[in-house]
Amino acid sequence: MKYLTLIWSNLRRRQLRSVLTVLSIFVAFLLFGFLCAIREAFSAGVKLADADRLIVRHKVSLIETLPVSYGARLALLPGVRQVTHMTWFGGIYQNPKNMFASFAVEGDRFFALYPEFILPPEQQDRWQQVRHGAVIGRSLAERFHWKVGDRIPLTSPIYGQPASQPAWEFEICGIFDTSKKGADTSGMYFRYDYFDEARPRGKGAVGWYIVRSEAAVGADAVAARIDREFANSPYETKAEPEGAFAAGFVQQIGDIGSILMAVLSAVFFTILLVAGNTMSQSVRERTEEIGVLKALGFPGGLVLLFVLAESCLIALLGGLAGLGASWGLLAAGNPVPQLLPLLYVPGEALAQGALMALGLGLVAGVLPAWYALRLRTAEALRRNG
Amino acid sequence: MSAAPLVSVRDVSKIFHRGSEDISVLAELNLAVEAGEFLALMGPSGSGKSTLLNLIGGLDRPTRGSVEVDGERIDQLSERALAAWRARHVGFVFQFYNLMPVLTAERNVELPLLLTNLTKRERREHARNALAVVGLSHRLEHYPRTLSGGEQQRVGIARAIASDPTLLLCDEPTGDLDRKSGDEILSLLQTLNEEQGKTIIMVTHDPYASARASRTVHLDKGQLVADQPT
Ligand SMILES: Nc1ncnc2c1ncn2[C@@H]1O[C@H](COP(=O)(O)OP(=O)(O)OP(=O)(O)O)[C@@H](O)[C@H]1O
Ligand SMILES: [Mg+2]
Repeated sequence: MKYLTLIWSNLRRRQLRSVLTVLSIFVAFLLFGFLCAIREAFSAGVKLADADRLIVRHKVSLIETLPVSYGARLALLPGVRQVTHMTWFGGIYQNPKNMFASFAVEGDRFFALYPEFILPPEQQDRWQQVRHGAVIGRSLAERFHWKVGDRIPLTSPIYGQPASQPAWEFEICGIFDTSKKGADTSGMYFRYDYFDEARPRGKGAVGWYIVRSEAAVGADAVAARIDREFANSPYETKAEPEGAFAAGFVQQIGDIGSILMAVLSAVFFTILLVAGNTMSQSVRERTEEIGVLKALGFPGGLVLLFVLAESCLIALLGGLAGLGASWGLLAAGNPVPQLLPLLYVPGEALAQGALMALGLGLVAGVLPAWYALRLRTAEALRRNG
Repeated sequence: MSAAPLVSVRDVSKIFHRGSEDISVLAELNLAVEAGEFLALMGPSGSGKSTLLNLIGGLDRPTRGSVEVDGERIDQLSERALAAWRARHVGFVFQFYNLMPVLTAERNVELPLLLTNLTKRERREHARNALAVVGLSHRLEHYPRTLSGGEQQRVGIARAIASDPTLLLCDEPTGDLDRKSGDEILSLLQTLNEEQGKTIIMVTHDPYASARASRTVHLDKGQLVADQPT
């Protein structure tokens, strides 16, 4: 470590150049952090999927509804343990920018199918008593600073407002947390019985069903059985394990993963050129100094290490700062809560990013380091004369 | 029978290859330098003075012949061993000082000591002592660009003696200095030679400088042409 001052002071040689290089690496890794957060947000549903849980939707698309009567038929099918349904509402609070995920659900069954959501029992009881009651996730509560007992007026892009009222009004009966890291608590859930009675159109329809299969039978087998049951009816179904459903949803938005990879590859290739160029410039203009080091008896291998260490130092400075900034900025506040409710840089991405920064430093430094290693002492010193 | 010379260069030839051209710089040259000598090496530009100095200092290898320093055939050492040998046995002083611009005077002098097992404290102490010898105790924290040419060269000499080598090799140490600063450097070298017993080989163009040495040799067309004690 006695060589650290030497390596560090070389960075100060051309401060502007060092700063600019570190800055461009910083920006690249900031972007990397953000993109990883976005990818994580899109794939969170797939990762968090419950293996026994199935989604049953209209065969044509998720937008088509299913009859509420299917619930009873589903419950009778062998291999089906529990059934409930959800209907997309799309609540708008005050103005269209404030749209968030909200659903009509069966108040008595919802939490049975989603055990990862935890609601205090007394709040659950209250919800059973209040027909226009709603429960909300922790992050939604924090977003709008809502508390239990608040009355929230909402409109819906699909259902407008209930007959003879300016808006839907829900009383918040509870705020739920989650036991699964990364699970989405940005939604609102209210009672289907109240909703179905009050909505001006579409009565008797539900968005989709959620089914818990018997583990012994297997989700895929149960899905096939459900689709067979409703084949050739006016409402044919498509049943899928939750993970496949979530993956399909991501596919619809586009292959986010490969787009991100393409962008990142381009960014990192550019950064590699920038860092590599900085390093070779800085080593070349130091040719004589490297000659002096070698004349003083510094072995070639040590000089090689100096150059690599310097390169890695630049890459790690920029890289770690960029990763840290992306993590910190998203931890401090989500800029797009309505679009991607769960936005954070996952730990693996941070670790992966740190490794990439190190790799960047090594790759950018390898040619200049080799040049320094091969440099013939006598010739390096002749340049002066 | 007297002790073997500290440096003996025997039948050394050095041929550089530039493209398809062979440049013969040294031809079967012989030179012996006794321990404690202060030798001036003179000769026209391009006569091979720096080349010879580099061979003696283990910065380059002869094409033919042998270079022995303190009983060791340095022309036969591996790159790695040669680097370690240089660190222990020689100090270089360059015409253009060749200090690290990003390090203070003290850190520059400390540089060769990084290769030793000394502790940080000991390294600092050695560096300060060396700077005291060259009369720069008041310039420890100065960066090279804030020092005069003569001061920079004195830092260069401090760096060369910091690890206490037996042999000092100076390539035109006063070539870039005015007479007065050059004089100070020459006096310093003379003191190091006379009081600390350093063996010094100094390349110079300047007869005034060579007059300070205990012996002068002339190099011309790859051969030593005269060898006269002063
Ligand atoms: N690495 C090299 N490749 C090719 N030619 C070289 C190399 N090193 C030295 N030479 C040639 O060898 C000759 C002697 O060079 P050297 O530097 O030893 O001369 P010098 O006596 O020190 O000259 P000066 O007084 O100008 O410093 C010159 O003609 C030079 O061009
Ligand atoms: Mg020369």
